[in-house]
Amino acid sequence: MIKNYWWKILAFILLLYAVIYGFYVAVPETMIRQTMRNLFYHVGMWFGMFTMLIVSFIYSLKYLKGFRMDYDRVAIEAVNVGLMFGFLGIFSGMIWATFTWGTPWVKDPKLNGAAVGLVIYLAYVILRSSVEDRHKRAKVSAVYNIFAFILWIIFVLILPRLAGDSLHPATGDNPTPVMPMHLYPAMRTVFYPAMAGWILLGTWILTIRIRISKLRSRLEEQNN
Amino acid sequence: MTIKREFIQLFLKEVKLELKQRYVLNGILLYLVSTIFVTYLAFNGTITPETWNSLFWIILLFVAVNGISKSFIQENPARHLYYYTIASPEAVVISKIIYNLMLMGILSVLALAVFILLMGNMIVNPVLFVSALILGSLGLSSILTMIAAIASRASNNFSLMAILSFPIILPLLMTLMKVSASALTNNNWSGNVPLLIILLVINVAVILLAVLLFPYLWRD
Repeated sequence: MIKNYWWKILAFILLLYAVIYGFYVAVPETMIRQTMRNLFYHVGMWFGMFTMLIVSFIYSLKYLKGFRMDYDRVAIEAVNVGLMFGFLGIFSGMIWATFTWGTPWVKDPKLNGAAVGLVIYLAYVILRSSVEDRHKRAKVSAVYNIFAFILWIIFVLILPRLAGDSLHPATGDNPTPVMPMHLYPAMRTVFYPAMAGWILLGTWILTIRIRISKLRSRLEEQNN
Repeated sequence: MTIKREFIQLFLKEVKLELKQRYVLNGILLYLVSTIFVTYLAFNGTITPETWNSLFWIILLFVAVNGISKSFIQENPARHLYYYTIASPEAVVISKIIYNLMLMGILSVLALAVFILLMGNMIVNPVLFVSALILGSLGLSSILTMIAAIASRASNNFSLMAILSFPIILPLLMTLMKVSASALTNNNWSGNVPLLIILLVINVAVILLAVLLFPYLWRD
């Protein structure tokens, strides 16, 4: 039985570890000092959002192949969870930025990429609400999801290239505002488990949402 | 009918329809000239090349969204079903893209002419600008045609098409603005070749996606 939910317990343990030990682990002496710890939580939001949007993309593809409503259900719920992560990420980022850079928003590739991603998937939700017929809605939103996701990925990939030509750096002090590829070794002990924990938590929320959605549609069918 | 024959027939059909009614073309031309005129009046003194650049592309974007949204709205459902039975979806989507490309080409040349007339000619590197214009027109046409196809299956109003298209158009638009900003300020070619390649890649990706995905929209 525990075979079914071992990963939920793992998510809980990983995040508990990340939240507690994240405040104990050594951080390098940089301009942003202790706020560097936000890396474990804010970047976790980004990973969670990205994973959810990839899941949504895959299930949109699956829907166009098999035309099963279950796939469409997963696609929309994954977008919902992804949007939640996205908003949390943007807000936590804004708070962090106000402290470190003095302003909640700067013209930075990663920020623009995240904002555009949010707008794309909000438009996805609006598109869905404007189609009445269930199957048509699923088909149209699957096509939009695939189209928009691939173009968004291209956007996220080319943005650093575009910004690299501009004169001003993203921030005053820190050259890479997010996701330093070469992470301080001590922080790695919290970073990787934390990211895994956030992704598992997102999946957990997704499964709950799918179950609620299934129950709701079953209830509607009974009432009709 | 082979795809090539179908495509040519469909394309000619679009052109003939347009020439007969001229509704879209005239409306969009007027929209274009009015917008540029308003911009000209709104900006009192001289403007910097960067502003010239941004204004040009923003106006072209809105004109494109307006013009291309009409291409799918015109078809009523009965005729739609008729086309479905006789033509392959690939031919339909490519004919619409090429038709919209032609439309965008005419519009962008006109926009450029009126813009230069009213706001002054600030182009330093014309070859670079024109190549950005061509790639931009192709990109705008293909992305907007696909989005118009998606929106036409939904509630079919203009604001939905604008909402859906703006975020998706952003990579194309930002790259275009970079290239043309460079064409307005200096004669640098080498730095812009990667950006032109990016534009080409975006165009190819969008057209491939449109050809692959349109059949699913078509079947209704």
